[in-house]
Amino acid sequence: MKMNLKFICNKNLVVTEVQPGKSLLDFIRKDLRLTGSKEGCREGDCGACTVLIGELENDRMIYKTVNSCIMPVGDINGKHLVTIEGLSDGKLNQIQNDFVEQGASQCGFCTPGFIVSLCGYFLSNEKPILKDAIDSLDGNVCRCTGYESIRNAINNSIVFLESNEGDSKRHIEKLVSSNFIPEYFLEIPQRLNNLSIDIQKDSVNGDAKQIIGGGTDLLVQRWEEIENADVNLIFNLHQNEKITVEDNICKIKATTTVSEFWESEIIKKYLPEITESLYLFGSLPIRNRATLGGNIINASPIADMTSILLALDAKLIIEGNSRKQIKLNEFYTGYKTMKLEPGEILDDIHIELPDEGARFNFEKISRRTYLDIASVNSSIYLVIDKDVISEVHLSAGGVAPIPLYLFETVNYLKGKEIAFETIKSAAEITLKEIKPISDARGSSAYKSLMLRNLLFAHFAKLFPNIIVVEELI
Amino acid sequence: MKYYDTTQHVAGKSQFIDDITVPEGTLYAAIFYSPIAKGKIIKLNIEEAKNYSGVKAVFTHQDIEGANQIGGIVQDEELLASHEVDFVGQPIAIVVANDYLTAKNAAKKNQIEIEEETPILDPREAQRKGELIVQPMIFELGSTETVWDECNIIVEGIAESGAQEHLYLETQGAIAIPTEGGGLKIISSTQSPTAVQRVTANVLNMPMHKIEVDVMRLGGGFGGKEDQATPYAAMVGLAAHKLGKPVKMVLPRQEDMRITGKRHPYSSDFKIGLSKDLKILAYEASYYQNAGAAADLSPAVLQRTMTHATNSYFIPNVKATGYSCRTNLPPFTAFRGFGGPQGMFVIESAIHSAAKKLGVDPFEIQKKNLLRSGDEFPYSQIVEHGNAVKCWKHLEEKINLNEIKNGIAEFNSKSKFIKKGFALMPICFGISFTSKFMNQAGALVNIYQDGSIGISTAAIEMGQGVNTKIRNVAEKIFSIDISKIKIETTNTTRIPNTSPTAASSGADLNGKATELACVKLFDRLIDFAKNELRCREDSKIEIVNENIIVDGVQSELNWNELIQRAYFNRINLSAQAHFATPEIHFDTKKNKGKPFAYHSYGTGLIEVSVDCLRGTYEIDSVQVVHDFGKSINKVIDKGQAEGAIIQGIAWMTIEEILYDEKGKLMTDALSTYKIPGIHFTPKEFDVKFLENTENPFAVFGSKAIGEPPLMYGIAAYFAIRNAMESFNPNMNAEYKAPMTNERVLMALFNRNL
Ligand SMILES: Cc1cc2nc3c(=O)[nH]c(=O)nc-3n(C[C@H](O)[C@H](O)[C@H](O)COP(=O)(O)OP(=O)(O)OC[C@H]3O[C@@H](n4cnc5c(N)ncnc54)[C@H](O)[C@@H]3O)c2cc1C
Ligand code: FES
Ligand code: FES
Repeated sequence: MKMNLKFICNKNLVVTEVQPGKSLLDFIRKDLRLTGSKEGCREGDCGACTVLIGELENDRMIYKTVNSCIMPVGDINGKHLVTIEGLSDGKLNQIQNDFVEQGASQCGFCTPGFIVSLCGYFLSNEKPILKDAIDSLDGNVCRCTGYESIRNAINNSIVFLESNEGDSKRHIEKLVSSNFIPEYFLEIPQRLNNLSIDIQKDSVNGDAKQIIGGGTDLLVQRWEEIENADVNLIFNLHQNEKITVEDNICKIKATTTVSEFWESEIIKKYLPEITESLYLFGSLPIRNRATLGGNIINASPIADMTSILLALDAKLIIEGNSRKQIKLNEFYTGYKTMKLEPGEILDDIHIELPDEGARFNFEKISRRTYLDIASVNSSIYLVIDKDVISEVHLSAGGVAPIPLYLFETVNYLKGKEIAFETIKSAAEITLKEIKPISDARGSSAYKSLMLRNLLFAHFAKLFPNIIVVEELI
Repeated sequence: MKYYDTTQHVAGKSQFIDDITVPEGTLYAAIFYSPIAKGKIIKLNIEEAKNYSGVKAVFTHQDIEGANQIGGIVQDEELLASHEVDFVGQPIAIVVANDYLTAKNAAKKNQIEIEEETPILDPREAQRKGELIVQPMIFELGSTETVWDECNIIVEGIAESGAQEHLYLETQGAIAIPTEGGGLKIISSTQSPTAVQRVTANVLNMPMHKIEVDVMRLGGGFGGKEDQATPYAAMVGLAAHKLGKPVKMVLPRQEDMRITGKRHPYSSDFKIGLSKDLKILAYEASYYQNAGAAADLSPAVLQRTMTHATNSYFIPNVKATGYSCRTNLPPFTAFRGFGGPQGMFVIESAIHSAAKKLGVDPFEIQKKNLLRSGDEFPYSQIVEHGNAVKCWKHLEEKINLNEIKNGIAEFNSKSKFIKKGFALMPICFGISFTSKFMNQAGALVNIYQDGSIGISTAAIEMGQGVNTKIRNVAEKIFSIDISKIKIETTNTTRIPNTSPTAASSGADLNGKATELACVKLFDRLIDFAKNELRCREDSKIEIVNENIIVDGVQSELNWNELIQRAYFNRINLSAQAHFATPEIHFDTKKNKGKPFAYHSYGTGLIEVSVDCLRGTYEIDSVQVVHDFGKSINKVIDKGQAEGAIIQGIAWMTIEEILYDEKGKLMTDALSTYKIPGIHFTPKEFDVKFLENTENPFAVFGSKAIGEPPLMYGIAAYFAIRNAMESFNPNMNAEYKAPMTNERVLMALFNRNL
């Protein structure tokens, strides 16, 4: 079923009809005939297709980078889509100039994606610093430059912007006056308002069977089918606070993205250790779209958020004919099978707020540290009472057909004293609980050794002096 | 010193194959390829695909009127498999439809019955079974046999390096448009326009002049589009010719990864002997090159392995034996370094294992044996203008090796799990195609009436900046503003018989041809100006910043006026020139001669940190002193060096190609094959230009830069080992690259892989 679409693309209003599940990149390149956004992989892994999606929040524009190749076009309804073509108006902008000056572009195929990501960074950071700007490029790969020239170019842009400091203009005005973005950006809030689109109502199609969250799994795996399917786009389903606390329970809407989870004041306050590891999840544009619900329902054995939520002993609230509750560690029944009936939708994820003194750690090993799927991951939640483990939850990914909660190891650890011998024995039990297979992410022997070491790594991180190196080898 | 093409790139205005607006009625092609690595085709049924709604045609080998043959060096590769399949991904049929998705879905409807045979995946097994692409190659200098006895120590071992995916960000693609008179215009993402033209002409059984190949730019090549862009261009050529309609094909990433060739994996034996004072007296190596199912460029790649067997060292007695082994994997192909890196990894492994046995640092041996002018290479060329020692010294002036070594030892003694390590890598890389005839290029320079210039050459711009360098050459000669100079597309009707843009030689050869053509025009213009301005015979006429200067005095003419008057006076404002590298020769029977115009040198130092509990690592710093000659464009040259270094490091570390036991690629997507991201880049990255160096053999004293720096990356492998050894001195790691996280962890904890 086609859907009516009204949005602003760069400077222009676009009113059209689309198959909502179609890849946004195809729409941009083929329908809008804007070819600056490139297709390098169609799986969210290269960033050549990066675009900005701008939304009004309290009268301010919030821009986020996304991989257009795996975003359903229906999700841009009522928003501002910015492609590389919309980032310079007649003359190159400052970031582009710095790229040219530093030779930060060679073959040029990746370059539009880098420029878009960086403009996105500057739009959302009033106090830009080099390290953060580099972090915002974790979703862009370049095969030519080796990145040194890119780092130099960014550095120059930051210095340039700082030197333009002084007057107390709004950030966006400063970006315009410093030639980081074209002037038309200033009118966008007003123009978006005038569209009078109710993003929530005008996108969601509750009747369609095929649910799409962020699409970061679905559009990688089955884009050919999704392109013409009837889809229920739930990404914009929840427009209010997605993470709340009620009676000591933290309630997280399934449509919460990893970015929103990371930035949530509640999570920062109660689970600060988690937010420190979230840079290991995908890339910024992936995190901007990947929902927690999608992560759980996709049921990949190496899902990182699921690993974390297992260690937080999360409960799922599922909406269907009735509303049901099920513990995450009892949810999966086999490889990609779970206790979810057709037509049911994951609505909420509940976790108990952690006890005082609780510790958390997440470990993930992949071929490449940034933007990669885990070979093995593991999360631990621990409460220690006078050197004794009073509460513990432990999960492991990549070592079984499902995201695994290590029941036996947890049973063993409960009530034990924190000591090297305890951990060693626990690791032996863990190795009996898992069934890793050899695949493109590593041999089964490697995954076993890795998980053993990650158990030690959990404790080495939480109790730095506890591990005796000589006894590990 | 701006890097010109980038002003288009940064604005998203540069056009690649998939961005070009195609003519109305263009059809799209998808490939049906072999799911099996080896077997006989019993039956192929294309009826269902043919009848699929939206499909225009399905082509198989039976539709080829000319030769079903795309092999360059050896005629051993079919465009579309006829009776046998030799690798997973071998093209069998082409499905053409109104749109790509239809073609792709229809291609899945083809049915094939194959009598499956056991594939050979291992090059040593292929060699044992006599499956060789060409006769074994032997390079010999002195006599190793007679000196083993004189050696203080002798070490033997095995060294293996893996395949590497090019991962040019733009995948393979081509568009073929029928032209009047039964010809074709092909727009291709190729490094070798003439190869596309020749092979397509052969396949269609027509003369080459009927086919025009045009190349705008490539979204990266790295060697992957030297030989292997051709089949896709030939396929759309075939389809367009048969249907009389434009046909386009751009490979989706996963398909590109599955069916195209990569850097050759090698398994090699080495034996090295040293004297008491660490001089390498003798070195023997046997290389088992995994060539894949067809020759492609493998023999030439192997030749470069052989010529680079001793890297930057003088070894008086050498015997290198090379086998190009036929296996059932997609034909491996050119990749930056072209076999050189594989050869160098072996000698570095040999040096490393000798150093371990002697209890010295590998760099002591490296330093002791560096090439000097007058030394002889194993192929008997004599070192001229040898800068190996100069680069090493220059690096040591910058950094104190002992300080680094002690600093690392101290850090390691205090750190439980994080261990640091370092290694050095000197390089020496020969510049020229090893096939002599390929060392030629052409340029056509046209000056238009308004003073603007268009230059065509045989060079392909793929990010290496060759177009900018060529503009720089013309800019220098004419002394005019660079905005007046445009580099045209590379087109076989303007420049015939192009050599591929490869072997780092693009700017050397085409820059020189451009220089010759520009000088022709310049001389013509100066003669004309002399006449026009009625100068004395011995007057000195120059062009400086677009002004015509006579004996140091500004004349009445500027560039634009000069050109206009020249035109009205019927002066030829167009010049063509051809350049052929002088003096090179090579006897492929004896494997002796002077195959290289000159050599590039440099020294690199890499430091790393390894997390020994998790088996992960980071590259802390890369410091290099490289001999760029007199750089034409420093921004470009530095960028080439940095990009190559990262690619080399990644080949040695995180990039791993895995096939399953049936020859199917397991790492066939960006989600399983990881190339460096920005966080992988070393925190400190310092590439220094060797000062006061000249190169008489290339344009304006410059040196080729595309490939050589890649080989500094080899130091990353040995630096990681160095760090690992301080965690587990007894680890027994084989010389196997890439040093993935998996290999690190398994070796540290003494597990077998
Ligand atoms: C480049 C890249 C990198 C990635 N990196 C990581 C990583 O580091 N770690 C990691 O864990 N994952 C990673 N992923 C996987 C993916 O991003 C995550 O699994 C993400 O959380 C999926 O969420 P989504 O909303 O995009 O899912 P979608 O693709 O929208 O949906 C996935 C599945 O869940 C269903 N679904 C979604 N929401 C609901 C709901 N509320 N109720 C019922 N069904 C629902 C959909 O129908 C579909 O079957 C990566 C993916 C890509 C492309
Ligand atoms: S095309 Fe590679 S991330 Fe979208
Ligand atoms: S410039 Fe070629 S991929 Fe980045």
